[in-house]
Amino acid sequence: MTKPPSDIDIELRMLVEAVYLKYNYDFRDYTGASQKRRVLAAMRVMECETVSSLQSRVMHDPAAFAQLLQFLTIPVTEMFRDPEYYLAIRRQVVPFLETYPSLKIWVAGCSTGEEVYSMAILLKEEGLLERSLIYATDINQESLESARRGVMPLDRMRLYTENYQKAGGKRAFSDYYTAAYGGALFDRSLVENVTFADHSLSTDSVFAETHFISCRNVMIYFNRRLQNRVLGLFHESLCHRGFLGLGSKESIDFSSYAQRFEPLVRRERLFRKVGA
Amino acid sequence: MSARAAADHGRLRASLQGRRIEAVVIGGSAGGVDALIQLLPALPAGYDLPVFCILHLPPDRESRLAELFDERLPMPVREAADKEVIAPGTVYFAGAGYHLSVEQDRTFSLSCEPPVHYARPAIDVLMESSADAYGDGLVGILLTGANHDGGDGMARIRACGGLTVVQDPDEAQVAVMPLEAIRRCNPHLVLPLKDIQALLPMLENKTS
Repeated sequence: MTKPPSDIDIELRMLVEAVYLKYNYDFRDYTGASQKRRVLAAMRVMECETVSSLQSRVMHDPAAFAQLLQFLTIPVTEMFRDPEYYLAIRRQVVPFLETYPSLKIWVAGCSTGEEVYSMAILLKEEGLLERSLIYATDINQESLESARRGVMPLDRMRLYTENYQKAGGKRAFSDYYTAAYGGALFDRSLVENVTFADHSLSTDSVFAETHFISCRNVMIYFNRRLQNRVLGLFHESLCHRGFLGLGSKESIDFSSYAQRFEPLVRRERLFRKVGA
Repeated sequence: MSARAAADHGRLRASLQGRRIEAVVIGGSAGGVDALIQLLPALPAGYDLPVFCILHLPPDRESRLAELFDERLPMPVREAADKEVIAPGTVYFAGAGYHLSVEQDRTFSLSCEPPVHYARPAIDVLMESSADAYGDGLVGILLTGANHDGGDGMARIRACGGLTVVQDPDEAQVAVMPLEAIRRCNPHLVLPLKDIQALLPMLENKTS
């Protein structure tokens, strides 16, 4: 038995509905608890007393919407987060990827690019970067812009270096960046074959056939219906026996696609597509 | 039962009068593992409520808490998984590195938002979302700890009509967290662990 919706739940539903109708960003199938926290955080910063007053501002002021969007999306990520994931890619996925003359890789929900640069470094060290095309997609233009620039905070480099080493890195991590613009500027050659693009997992469709999709800690913000939609997109995009990597606590067990991907490295959430 | 214990029992029962409990959330930090080792074995076999446990954990390590307690308790104990439907009679632990929330439809969700009070998982996040989902059907229990996490969560539980219980700071391994919660939420009960032990079986609806 669940409770009837509280006032704030009603207001939150109206807010995301308004955002969808007005700006065509679809947050209607995001999980409620996390979204509520982020809207409350936006209300504090944007000095709105109620969700309704925030909605009114966002409706009439696109700049206010741009500000709210930074709260609605979750740009929290790090390079080589969960190093074991990258190590498993090197050991268990790369041997298959090597058999293709050219590769298409999709980093879905790439946020500010940390995963993209990590993936590019891995592919480079495995001799695959030159034959790869990487699609890095997100709904947040500001995050994409930041990803394109490839400047990461210098104070994160110690953690990233540790992660990189645990992830099976073959060189000195500092080979990949130089101190510039008050941060660590990553080697531009890493992203020569990267297409950064605005793509919504909620509303857009498949744009390419891919060999490997990495989508980490994105679907945890989606309800089951949207998770199913996204897994459907990935299944459709992946080539025969293509690879899918998810976040370390993400599961497809509760989805209608549970039988359509088989685990390759269960612990690291690496799967292979089954069926057509 | 001594007269004193009987009186304590009566007091605990009185605080439950008219409540229909649907879930229990227990948070702690420094000293929390020891406190839970004392507390959780008070849960009887066939307990009819879900129990959510959250302790502060180092972010980079897998949590072994669920395994540890699964061996000691007569009911299923597991780490709460994203989108899992909450089952009665099960003890759930928040895993390392992610916030754990309860959704309105009474499933769990995980998220990677920034740490709250330097903690991820944060007690506030789990308690606030649980309060939103269960309202006056929730019991919040806050144990020993060295930071202020849990204060907002307990306040939200109280505001939503739930029952709030804080470990007696005098006996807590670290009193900071109980003291902050007492300041923030004016809890219904401030109890030593042995009384919280006695309270847990009383929360079941079949006995109250």
